[in-house]
Amino acid sequence: MNHLFEYVLRLGDDSLILGHRLSEWCGHGPVLEEDIAMTNIALDLVGQANSLLEYAANVEGKGKTADDLAFLRIDKEYRNLILVEQPNVDFGHTMMRQFLFDAYRKILFEKLLESGDEQIAAIAAKSLKETKYHLKHSSEWVIRLGDGTEESHRRIQNALDTLWRYTEELFYSDEVDESLRASGVLPDLSSLKQEWTNYVHAVLNEATLEIKEETWYFQNGRQGYHSEHLGYILAELQFMQRAYPGMEW
Amino acid sequence: MKEENIEELERQFQEKIDNDIKIEPRDWMPDNYRKTLIRQISQHAHSEVVGMLPEGNWITRAPNLRRKAVLLAKVQDEAGHGLYLYSATETLGADREDTIDDLHDGTAKYSSIFNYPTLTWADMGAIGWLVDGAAIMNQVPLCRCSYGPYARAMVRICKEESFHQRQGFEIMTTLANGTPEQKAMAQDALNRFWWPALMMFGPNDADSPHTAQSMKWKIKRHTNDELRQQFVDVTVPQAELIGLTVPDPDLKWNEETGHYDFGPINWDEFWAVVNGNGPCNKERIDARRKAKEDGEWVREAANAYAAKKRTKKAS
Amino acid sequence: MSNKEWPLWEVFIRSKQGLNHKHAGSLRAADEIMAIENARDVYTRRSEGVSIWVVESKNIFASNPDEADSLFEPADSKIYRHPTFYEVPDGIEHM
Repeated sequence: MNHLFEYVLRLGDDSLILGHRLSEWCGHGPVLEEDIAMTNIALDLVGQANSLLEYAANVEGKGKTADDLAFLRIDKEYRNLILVEQPNVDFGHTMMRQFLFDAYRKILFEKLLESGDEQIAAIAAKSLKETKYHLKHSSEWVIRLGDGTEESHRRIQNALDTLWRYTEELFYSDEVDESLRASGVLPDLSSLKQEWTNYVHAVLNEATLEIKEETWYFQNGRQGYHSEHLGYILAELQFMQRAYPGMEW
Repeated sequence: MKEENIEELERQFQEKIDNDIKIEPRDWMPDNYRKTLIRQISQHAHSEVVGMLPEGNWITRAPNLRRKAVLLAKVQDEAGHGLYLYSATETLGADREDTIDDLHDGTAKYSSIFNYPTLTWADMGAIGWLVDGAAIMNQVPLCRCSYGPYARAMVRICKEESFHQRQGFEIMTTLANGTPEQKAMAQDALNRFWWPALMMFGPNDADSPHTAQSMKWKIKRHTNDELRQQFVDVTVPQAELIGLTVPDPDLKWNEETGHYDFGPINWDEFWAVVNGNGPCNKERIDARRKAKEDGEWVREAANAYAAKKRTKKAS
Repeated sequence: MSNKEWPLWEVFIRSKQGLNHKHAGSLRAADEIMAIENARDVYTRRSEGVSIWVVESKNIFASNPDEADSLFEPADSKIYRHPTFYEVPDGIEHM
């Protein structure tokens, strides 16, 4: 297995699939201003997916493009977190999903600035600026909704209850991470979970929300075992490439 | 106010307009000028926002990452343009949410073109090329509209929209130069969107009762038929260049007038769509209404939180 | 205003260092933090800004256009405030 390829794919697929989910909101946001804001975040994520998948294709060395990777793999070859493929449900779910992910992504990108791989460090530097803003935006919404009205509190608490079980996977690590750590591509990521927990707890606390811990036996998106939602995402995402194979658009 | 006073005010108002002095929000203006503007600008705003839906329909199915990003950015611009225009109506005293409610209960109109379905990817090309092309023709003269906030919004919108038409034409060109299947897809989109695009300029001048007054007030700078002719003259050679056929058997160049002659427009279809009976009127309004209703708890929560924070700060 | 809708804010953008903030437009937001973020997303999508001011529209006080004559026309007759009012002999430079 090409570990670097595998790792970059994991990063790229997170951006791709979350960007896809967020773009489903375009034209349907709770207010025009927020419609525009969510689309901006979706655009950042699609841009990140493009750089990461392009790099992954380079690393793989089989002459593929970012588009080949984005549109022409089968479900088991996607490496994204199960969290990011969860449906939008309502604005509360969408912001909670974004918040849990952004907090992880921001800390991860901060650490990846120190990556021994120049390309990863460069992508992390650019993406970090975007991600800091995403996290500010999603944290503020989690607090507003948590400490807003009774209804908004109920809805965002419900979102947290639903999505919390997918957060364990954020810290999944296997031989891919280990070997890249050994070769210096990855910096020390051992404090990632603690830093994430500290930040997330602080925000949830301010939002007057409660975590209901549970031990959930999760599927593993990093190894290609997804929830039922991914198949439908791919059916839309890949529709054109599958229905009209091999054409330029 | 006494009648002669109003007459004098109206005279002064018209004098300002004739001298190309812009009207600003707090200036005196005839009631009808205000009403006409509110109607026109809010219709324009609604068109931008409803216009997000037919294209938004293809964002998750865009064929590659570049097209996906471009389409997202374009639909997002439309939300922005709707917002700039609602802001302009607010300067006339029309509350944005009331204006939007008029759209949702069917009292307010919007461009009928957005009631047609987007069935294939080529429709993204046709909309950018034809619909945005027609919109630009309508909009460029509005940058010189007599009402300051509308004119300023239009300057910004026209600047931002310059990429919209190009990206559409680029999609069409790529398809027209592609496989036979792709070329057929492009031709089919042109067939479906050509006539609705011509209808975008509104009824013939003879059936457009407000035009004369709007031109006198410099809210409108050209008549519907003038703009429509200009659109046909510009667009037909573009279609020819990429090898697509405009679906009008009567279309031919007229040496004498220096313009294209074109066939009759189906005004029955136009009025049916305007009056709510187009293919997608119901879906479009339902989608916008749902967005507003589903967002209500969100907007309410943000207000409640802001109020709590203010109280905390004050104590 | 109902508690469902957000108040209106006016947005001012500095397009680059060294220039004034200039009115860009308006938008809706529940509070000032959201107003700044919305302004960023709505009015600086094409790198139009390096700094943003927002102010709730109700806090802006404007001069009355009916008083424009008495407010602004008196300045028109004070032409001695402009350098072109003064005659400078030929051959004098740097003045």
